[in-house]
Amino acid sequence: MTAPVPTLDQRPEPGGAGCLLEVDDLRTSFRTDRGMVRAVAGVTLNLERGKTLGIVGESGSGKSVLARSIMGIVPNNAEREGSIRFEGTEISGLSQARMREYWGQQMAMVFQDPMTALNPVLKIGRQITESLHEHLEFSKEEANQTALALLKSVGIPEPARRLKEYPHQLSGGMRQRVMIAIALACGPKLLFADEPTTALDVTVQAQILDLLQFQQRERFMGMILVTHDLGVVAGRTDHIGVMYAGRIVETGPTRTLFAHVRHPYTEALLQSIPKIELPSHSRLQSIAGRPPNLVNTPPGCTFAPRCPYAQDRCREEEPPLIEAEQPGHFHRCWFPVGTPANPAYNAEASAEATARGEATFDRIAAAKADAAREDSTASAGFAPAPTAVDGEADADAESSVSAAGAGNVGGIHNRAGDDDAPGGGRPRRRQPLRARRQTSTTDNGERTDGR
Amino acid sequence: MSIGAWLAIGWLALITALALLAPVLPMDGPNESFGEIAREGPGAEGHILGGDGIGRDMFSRTVYGARSSLLIGVASILIGLIVGGLAGLIAGYFRGRLDTVLTGTFDILLAFPSLVLALSLVSFFRADPEAGTGGLPPAQIVVVALGIVSIPILARITRANTLTWAQREFVLAARAQGAKHPRILFREVLPNVLPAMFSIALLGIGVAIIAEGGLSLLGVGVELPTPSWGNIIAEGRGSLRNAPHIVFIPSIAIFLTVLALNYMGDVIRTRFDVRESAL
Repeated sequence: MTAPVPTLDQRPEPGGAGCLLEVDDLRTSFRTDRGMVRAVAGVTLNLERGKTLGIVGESGSGKSVLARSIMGIVPNNAEREGSIRFEGTEISGLSQARMREYWGQQMAMVFQDPMTALNPVLKIGRQITESLHEHLEFSKEEANQTALALLKSVGIPEPARRLKEYPHQLSGGMRQRVMIAIALACGPKLLFADEPTTALDVTVQAQILDLLQFQQRERFMGMILVTHDLGVVAGRTDHIGVMYAGRIVETGPTRTLFAHVRHPYTEALLQSIPKIELPSHSRLQSIAGRPPNLVNTPPGCTFAPRCPYAQDRCREEEPPLIEAEQPGHFHRCWFPVGTPANPAYNAEASAEATARGEATFDRIAAAKADAAREDSTASAGFAPAPTAVDGEADADAESSVSAAGAGNVGGIHNRAGDDDAPGGGRPRRRQPLRARRQTSTTDNGERTDGR
Repeated sequence: MSIGAWLAIGWLALITALALLAPVLPMDGPNESFGEIAREGPGAEGHILGGDGIGRDMFSRTVYGARSSLLIGVASILIGLIVGGLAGLIAGYFRGRLDTVLTGTFDILLAFPSLVLALSLVSFFRADPEAGTGGLPPAQIVVVALGIVSIPILARITRANTLTWAQREFVLAARAQGAKHPRILFREVLPNVLPAMFSIALLGIGVAIIAEGGLSLLGVGVELPTPSWGNIIAEGRGSLRNAPHIVFIPSIAIFLTVLALNYMGDVIRTRFDVRESAL
């Protein structure tokens, strides 16, 4: 299945990338009856073309609002401040009409729930061709051909038949593939993936993430992957930003961040990933307390009320973004985890944590690489691990995949969703090569955040 | 589909076919008078439904009455559907001040008793035939009046449905793909709202047919001698004691038609709901 990459895919030379997106001190608040809800409270980030940034945080941390604010698709009661530069052009003050030139063509979004993000009464084909007509003024024939190629490239079997079907005739994973095809239709340079796998079956999640990653590399797009799951971003992003209460509390290159966790919130998030090597019936780790009230944020660090290490200073003074000892690694904490400043500091334990973090990261990366290499072997003697970990919709494939070990990952892919499987194969086959290219470019020292 | 649905479809098809084919059907004209069947009940020789007060064939009058009644019902609801539907779509999609103004207008229109409103509209349009306002034939005046009365009802239903559909994520997704408002409104939202609009419109046709009857009783409906179900009842109500069939026959026709329309409205709504629940 060597699907032709759609003609609209103009891929620039990787060398001449430059900064695709620069966000500076972005603030988004919602006017409500209870007062201003400050959903995004001063976020600064940069993204180069061809790079992936993972935004991680729990529900209500403002990560989805951040993505929508950058794109400019916030509701009417939202107030947005700060600067957003896209390829050097300031776009934060543009009118809706001007932004329409960016939407779809320059930046696009894959939404969380393909059940609601597809129009139930329109055929798949029309939903894909809509923006082709709108932006590129394609004829009917051209648009149909392109839609066909797009469906093929996102790994949908029998694309010609699917074009004439309605969303309810497709499985969840397929619908998310269609969403991706719609988002990619006009060849955007920046792709937002807003919790693209949260609403999907565990078995399909890894495939969708693989597909996104494949498309991102193939088209050399910048991608912002929003998720509540550190496991998801581990093997798939160049940089990570951890969000809490509308702020980025820790950011850095993915491997650095995993190895040298500095913010207690990031530490807590990592600890809450279920681990398969623990004995059964072990209690899952959770973060005590609830996210803060965004209407009336108390002074000091927003995480202080839930932080096990909080001191008086944390409750009085808000920590700025502090650069850690590793380059490109920043955090907002007065008493960072794993440093002597932290009250619970223990040199041994912290070295161990670093090793563990590196191991976690490497294991996920290795599992992915193996999965890509093996393609279609291991399936014998494999117990369906992902569902055993957690039956919830929120359960994530990645963390369990990482724990289940490399050999099994191929199994997960192969056993996965009946009708989703055929497409899953193609993107993976190409990955080893691209994965290598990625590791070589990650060290270029690009910064995804920083002040 | 259930037997009920088929019966409803069957009745509507029959009555529509009769109404359309009335001029070519082998029956007496609606205004031909036969003295011998005056006030005769159904079963009279050659006149299966008998005759009315002055000996006109009841079957013929009922069929021709269907012509006016159905036409008035459909045409007036069509006006309401187009004007009210558009207003409701716009109000529900754009919200804001426009919505406040439009919804306020609908509420004011709805606050009038509908028959009184229709009555005053008919009198208004008829008010001054010489001044040029009365250019419309009476039947069309009734259509326009009932159309106006139906606007706020259809607008409100459309607005309520638009509100929920416009907040769906696919609308945001279409926006994020750079679609313009008219495109989103008519190509994304409208197809989802149509089933609800359509099922209410069917109910509305029934209500309009009844309302035309009401106007006829008050003497401002379709002008005699053209029969409509309403004015046949109005004419016959004087002889209810000795010739009740004159009132009953058109009443039964109205009853069955409205029942069938209501039933079809429900059927359509549930049929379209299936697709959504499958999601």
